[in-house]
Amino acid sequence: MPFSLLKYGLSGDYPFEKHPDLPQPTKLKKHYDVVIIGGGGHGVAIAYYLAKYHGITNVAILEKGYLGGGNTARNTAVIRSNYLTSEGVKFYSESVKMFKKLSNEFDFNIMYSQRGQLTLAHTDAAIRGFRQRAEVNKHFGGRTELIGAKEIKELVPTLNMNPGHLPVLAGLWHMDGATARHDAVAWGYAKGATQRGVELHQLTEVTGINIVNGKVTGVETSKGTVECGSAVQAVAGHSSLLAAKAGFRLPITTYPLQAMVTQPVKPFLDQMVSSSALHCYVQQTGRGEIVFGGGSDPYPLYNTRSTLELKESLLASAIEMFPFMANLRMLRQWAGITDMTADYSPIMGLSPVENYYLDAGWGTWGFKATPICGKTMAELIASGGKVPELIAPFAMDRFDEFRQVNEMGATAASH
Amino acid sequence: MKIMTCPMNGPRNISEFVYGGEVQEMPDPNNCSDREWAEYVFYSDNAIQVVREWWMHSASSYWFIAERHTGSDEILKTYPSTELFKERVEFAAKATGQTS
Ligand SMILES: Cc1cc2nc3c(=O)[nH]c(=O)nc-3n(C[C@H](O)[C@H](O)[C@H](O)COP(=O)(O)OP(=O)(O)OC[C@H]3O[C@@H](n4cnc5c(N)ncnc54)[C@H](O)[C@@H]3O)c2cc1C
Repeated sequence: MPFSLLKYGLSGDYPFEKHPDLPQPTKLKKHYDVVIIGGGGHGVAIAYYLAKYHGITNVAILEKGYLGGGNTARNTAVIRSNYLTSEGVKFYSESVKMFKKLSNEFDFNIMYSQRGQLTLAHTDAAIRGFRQRAEVNKHFGGRTELIGAKEIKELVPTLNMNPGHLPVLAGLWHMDGATARHDAVAWGYAKGATQRGVELHQLTEVTGINIVNGKVTGVETSKGTVECGSAVQAVAGHSSLLAAKAGFRLPITTYPLQAMVTQPVKPFLDQMVSSSALHCYVQQTGRGEIVFGGGSDPYPLYNTRSTLELKESLLASAIEMFPFMANLRMLRQWAGITDMTADYSPIMGLSPVENYYLDAGWGTWGFKATPICGKTMAELIASGGKVPELIAPFAMDRFDEFRQVNEMGATAASH
Repeated sequence: MKIMTCPMNGPRNISEFVYGGEVQEMPDPNNCSDREWAEYVFYSDNAIQVVREWWMHSASSYWFIAERHTGSDEILKTYPSTELFKERVEFAAKATGQTS
């Protein structure tokens, strides 16, 4: 080993370049069977499952920046299935099951860490809501219990049981709650997809959608025109801008979502802990840093700036929950722009344009859905538009018919 | 600290204000289709541009209009809603035939 290291040190070329994880970019071809707009976790997962399960490999992923450089790189990696509606719980539970097997499947460690998620109730109304969520979750095979203050104290001894003068009455303890390394998820899917023949074109922005007789025929890009049999947009915060190029509007508003992280400290917190009354969730990473975040910004904006207002309110809540954090220093803060729907559920499926599919409305909660969304969207695309049962409730036209899938209470401050 | 100028209370910290949505023309609830109503309630251009919005100063419950750029967050103008709405808008719901 030391000799080979020495050899590399003296040789002119960089050892990894001979075995790249991702094939070198080529020129755009004239035609692809499927064009995927957006190279975040969702886009590359769709490509991976198209190639793996449906043998469709004449596929281009077009990404205006870098692989996984959007919200995939910015999220706080909460994976869970303790939602409220049966539609939601069924869907997210499948994703949690798939996440558990991803490291094996990729032969690449996504650092899946099942640590459990604890949501705090400070009011009787919250306890009622939690009871319902626990039952729905159990019904679909999840592991979720309503626990009392005494058990919470044992589980998280460092937690202040009276944060912000809001006594902790009970908690929703979701044992399946987990985190994973978000970048690794994107890289794993991208590697698996490109090894099967899919092309990933970074620094390639889609600037127009070509439609003939109501059917998508191709896309305009910063590197020229490309024809396609079908296309799917998976561009998170930019969803409405892409849809406008395809000539329709979405029931989506774009808001920034901010998060931050402290300097690393000794391990003290295994679980993820959140309080919707305090608009805050806290978790410790494997490196010891404490990540915390809250709800979206209070008004719409296409901008990833951070604000003093949010920092102040988030820090205040986090310190109320874990008072010793007042002695820590903040290391980094960042934001992503998120595509919010009115019911806090995603939009997956058909669009008003034939053969043009939607993977949007993921707001502040879409990382956890990456595997199952990729798999079901690939099924939809491969079948030429037959909507899989699991994602049928999330069609865009639910808003036209006033049958929203309301996950607001189960999402707002926990993602 | 970001400042917004309230037409009634002058310049204040933006955290004192509540966003109330884009100013949009309301279709006639008694005669429009479900789709038109959904379009009004849920759908939006959500573009990067100057948008005319409803805002409220929470401490005084005063509603007004702001023109703001959704990319730069620059607030170009704020003014009383009476500049846009010359008369009162009535929201009488259609009689449903139900008593109680
Ligand atoms: C601070 C923060 C915390 C979050 N925490 C969580 C969490 O704990 N758990 C959870 O489940 N979710 C969380 N989310 C949400 C989650 O990050 C997103 O829902 C998810 O990453 C969406 O994945 P995506 O692949 O669709 O989007 P992205 O990763 O954003 O990928 C979209 C890509 O499309 C590209 N693109 C845009 N326009 C174009 C164009 N015209 N042409 C070509 N490419 C284009 C962008 O460059 C981008 O790379 C969080 C989000 C943020 C911002």
